[in-house]
Amino acid sequence: MANVELQQLKKVYGKDVVAIKGADVTIKDKEFVVLVGPSGCGKSTLLRMIAGLEEISGGELFIDGDKVNDVSPKDRDIAMVFQNYALYPHMTVFENMAFGLKLRKYPKTEIKQRVEDAAKILGLTEYLDRRPKEMSGGQRQRVAIGRALVRQPKVFLFDEPLSNLDAKLRVQMRIEIKRLHQQLQATMIYVTHDQIEAMTMGDKIVVLKDGYVQQVDSPMNLFNNPANKFVAGFIGSPSMNFLEGKIEKNDELEFVAGSVRFGIPDQLGLQEKLNPFVGKGIIFGFRPEYLYDKSKETSKQLSVDMNIIVDVTEPVGSEAYNYFHFSGKEEITFCFRSSSAYEYQAGQEVVVGLDIDRLRFFDIDTENRIA
Amino acid sequence: MKKIKLQKLLFYGVLLLMTFIYIGPFLFSLSISFNAEQDVFSWPIKLIPDEWTLDNYQRVWRDLPFGQWLFNSIAITIVQTITNVFFASLAGFAFARLEFPGKNIIFAVLLGSLMIPGIILLVPKFIILNEFYLINTYAGLMLPGLVTVVNIFLMKQFFETIPKDLEEAALIDGCSYFRIFWQIFLPVSKPALAAVAIYTFQGSWNEFMWPVIVTTTRDMFTLPVGMAFLKNEFSVQWPLLMAGTILISLPTLAIFLFFQKYFVQGVASAGLKG
Repeated sequence: MANVELQQLKKVYGKDVVAIKGADVTIKDKEFVVLVGPSGCGKSTLLRMIAGLEEISGGELFIDGDKVNDVSPKDRDIAMVFQNYALYPHMTVFENMAFGLKLRKYPKTEIKQRVEDAAKILGLTEYLDRRPKEMSGGQRQRVAIGRALVRQPKVFLFDEPLSNLDAKLRVQMRIEIKRLHQQLQATMIYVTHDQIEAMTMGDKIVVLKDGYVQQVDSPMNLFNNPANKFVAGFIGSPSMNFLEGKIEKNDELEFVAGSVRFGIPDQLGLQEKLNPFVGKGIIFGFRPEYLYDKSKETSKQLSVDMNIIVDVTEPVGSEAYNYFHFSGKEEITFCFRSSSAYEYQAGQEVVVGLDIDRLRFFDIDTENRIA
Repeated sequence: MKKIKLQKLLFYGVLLLMTFIYIGPFLFSLSISFNAEQDVFSWPIKLIPDEWTLDNYQRVWRDLPFGQWLFNSIAITIVQTITNVFFASLAGFAFARLEFPGKNIIFAVLLGSLMIPGIILLVPKFIILNEFYLINTYAGLMLPGLVTVVNIFLMKQFFETIPKDLEEAALIDGCSYFRIFWQIFLPVSKPALAAVAIYTFQGSWNEFMWPVIVTTTRDMFTLPVGMAFLKNEFSVQWPLLMAGTILISLPTLAIFLFFQKYFVQGVASAGLKG
């Protein structure tokens, strides 16, 4: 088990296609780190650079303190689980799992022991004689994980391992991988484009966009304190609502966007942070989860209130997602989440509140978070 | 409904006709090879001879150096089949999976060489082998067919369909590139390898032009060449010729029957070489 350190890691394809623009990430021993971002953000490239499958164009990569920039994949002591399982189709499950150990010339008894142990952990004992094509997708992915497991590598790498599975199986495997991590206490790096997977699995999440690391933080910190508008919008489902407006200074500091107008409270240093933006454009961000119906929720105080008109409601069982626009202005629809105990009709006017510590503001140009 | 029936009838009619056109000459040869009479061209054609005999088959073995020719044919075919499978897959792997300078140019040149008709190459090939004193030797017979561009192309195309993940998983597991080729790609490529083997076997076994040019004595003949020499200027011993021809075609026939699946797969995946 080991820590992994990325220092200004860069990847350039050809002459000027830059896929990774200097990534600095420290992954501690036994940590479960998730690389997440939309397609083409460079997350898989970054993982493949750690694996040694992509050459490193610049910067340094350390595994367990050793610089491994030019070390071949087999000598990095890593194991990788691929999206398409990448099982050897002509070998049985046992042979698939034993292959790496055989190449490393482990004694036969130890190979057998390790494969059987891994099979037991993954519930594959009775399938050891089968070939991959005789197994379901979930079982195949388990074999692929088993193949990594038997090697007992310093670092486990997962490249979107669940995206080929159906939704139900995905949730199940998600839990299994997490349990495995707790059991093995190994360093794991996991790539996904699914932010729910990232949130539920990672000790730490690295959010990437266009080859830049946007933020490295714990799931809850990403959710509550995103570094910029991209992270705020990417993490969380449904995603954060954004409303473009202006900061005005009349008697007090105010946010204004069409019919929406509220005073900036003095708590949490908000006024101080927003003062330099008076007269300038700004993006106001608020999560659907933190909006509540003022008529139903009476215990809360110190909120910012807005009048909305519900357009569409989407009940999903325990809760409902209500899409709305602000009264007086037909605009992009926003979302607020409500308990399914309350039903809203299309066209209904509702006064919603937002706790003042949940107000988020982003710079309109840089999109970095101001407050 | 009626229209569909008629269409089907027409379809099967054409199929039957085509089958007869292809299989007719073969049946006729088969009938001649069992014919006791020397005059086989009586009219109307009798597909079932009046008098049956195995004498023609006995004479092929007794009167001709058939055993020697058979040995020559088998030796050449086996060597060429093995080397074609080996070299074509090695080269195909390199073109499909490895990065090396000039890869695309070399491949283009190889493909370009397919555009040159084989006949044109006969003379230079002969001259080169003559310089090496290889005319009328086994080496002379085998060397030009040890590997063919079409087979390299076929293997390259097949290897390109193997997911890159498999190669990368093997790299991480600790394979060298040769081991990836040997332990992962080859076992996975059985259909393509079988296609290459079958085509090469068939081609080598039936090859006529090159052996006839490169051999000068009867003992170096291959079966097709030997049979052709039965047809000399003055008389053609048809029953003998046909008995020999039937014997020659047996191995290809057997192979086709056994490996029909691969044959069809090969044609489908390559779309080349009939």
